Amino acid sequence: MSEIPSDLLYRESHEWVRYDDDGTATIGISDHAQAQLGDMVFVELPEPGMSYEQGDACAVVESVKAASDVYAPLTGEVIESNSALEDSPELVNTDPYGDGWLFRMQLADPAQLEGLLDPSSYADQAEG
Amino acid sequence: MRQTPLHDAHLAAGARMVDFAGWTLPINYGSQIDEHHQVRTDAGMFDVSHMTVVDVRGPQARAFLSRLLANDVARLQSPGKALYSCMLNENGGVIDDLIVYFMAEDWFRMVVNAATRDKGVAWLEHQAAEFRIAVTEHYELAMLAVQGPEAREKAHSVLPEEAVAALDGIKLFSAVESNDLFIARTGYTGEDGYEIMMPGAEAQALWGRLLGAGVKPCGLGARDTLRLEAGMNLYGQDMDEEVTPLESGLAWTVAMKDDREFIGRPALERQRAAGLQNKLVGLVLEGRGVLRPHQSVITHAGAGMTTSGSFSPTLQRAIAFARVPVGAADRCTVEVRGKELAARIVKPPFVRNGKACEGILQAAE
Repeated sequence: MSEIPSDLLYRESHEWVRYDDDGTATIGISDHAQAQLGDMVFVELPEPGMSYEQGDACAVVESVKAASDVYAPLTGEVIESNSALEDSPELVNTDPYGDGWLFRMQLADPAQLEGLLDPSSYADQAEG
Repeated sequence: MRQTPLHDAHLAAGARMVDFAGWTLPINYGSQIDEHHQVRTDAGMFDVSHMTVVDVRGPQARAFLSRLLANDVARLQSPGKALYSCMLNENGGVIDDLIVYFMAEDWFRMVVNAATRDKGVAWLEHQAAEFRIAVTEHYELAMLAVQGPEAREKAHSVLPEEAVAALDGIKLFSAVESNDLFIARTGYTGEDGYEIMMPGAEAQALWGRLLGAGVKPCGLGARDTLRLEAGMNLYGQDMDEEVTPLESGLAWTVAMKDDREFIGRPALERQRAAGLQNKLVGLVLEGRGVLRPHQSVITHAGAGMTTSGSFSPTLQRAIAFARVPVGAADRCTVEVRGKELAARIVKPPFVRNGKACEGILQAAE
């Protein structure tokens, strides 16, 4: 059973979103996703300044087993990416909701948050 | 999906199970990188009960295998000795790769791939028709690979006394029989260790004793990165029926010095006479990223393709096998998700006995 924090929102493609009330959001991949992928060995993150539409592939997480796209869960501009992952991609495994975050976005339309999955809906999907 | 006799033991050990060649097998029990290091530095065990054990018995067993296999069973003179070989079709394409053990003049044992079981055994039986031999598959056997620098010592601490006595002085790439155990000093990791065949009903007990001796369970994930580092081909990825061993890095397993007529030899001779077009090489990625199978490779001599690729936990770099034009050397680029990444062409293996092989890391710097 994977961990699904109750204060986050999720996307079907296994990203999590932490909305920071100032119009920015932090994004990562769920515990379920990291467990499925296994040991991370390489993370390719979007450059700050890049803009993405909701659903665009914008990052890649690679485990020993497979490479997997990460999709922008919301439309907006990347304002920061987690440079610690360059040398320590395993943080995505060990702390997917903390030090293993991927990037932060300035949201173009915070109303899009309403279209994301709440923890229980995501739990149904991920564990179902 | 078929389950091995160790299925419950895998679940009890927290395995993540996957489908592989018709079997349900563990991919890992947690971190596959930890499992990889466990085998490189200590001892790990793999359930390889999906592998197919086939006995060839009869007065013409050696003559049959001499015709069937690209490597020469004449090299097997002392009982227990093992030989790695490809089994070719008439075009020289690889039907399967296998290990054959010489146990007695009228008994050779082969271990063939699970993925090719039906095709391989059908081919065997078809070719066997002309010979006075019997081909028997041993579905009832389980197989455990115990691998790593401490593997043999830890195995000795839990195997029956008689088996340990039989193993005294066993050479690399040899096997002994002891009661209903068949123990070979072989493996697929580049480390020392044993592959132990036993009746399925005994597998759980041995597994439990090995666990108690500190041998950790390892899954298919670690098995793949270990064999890749060790420069060992995977059937269906690095070679198949469409390519010959000569272009699969396996020329060393083809015995053509005398005039032995094995299946596929005329095709190999034609290929040699016409000049080989391709070879299988190792790649070491210079920068960050991960290599995967089926990525395009550009060399000075032309284009090629990766056949296996992953991240090497020992080298902390991405490595791959690639089939490239024979003239390719030194540097190349690999297309990884639209980008051309720089890599060096090297001669496998990448890792032996826990350490990077000479020239592998230097080549990437």
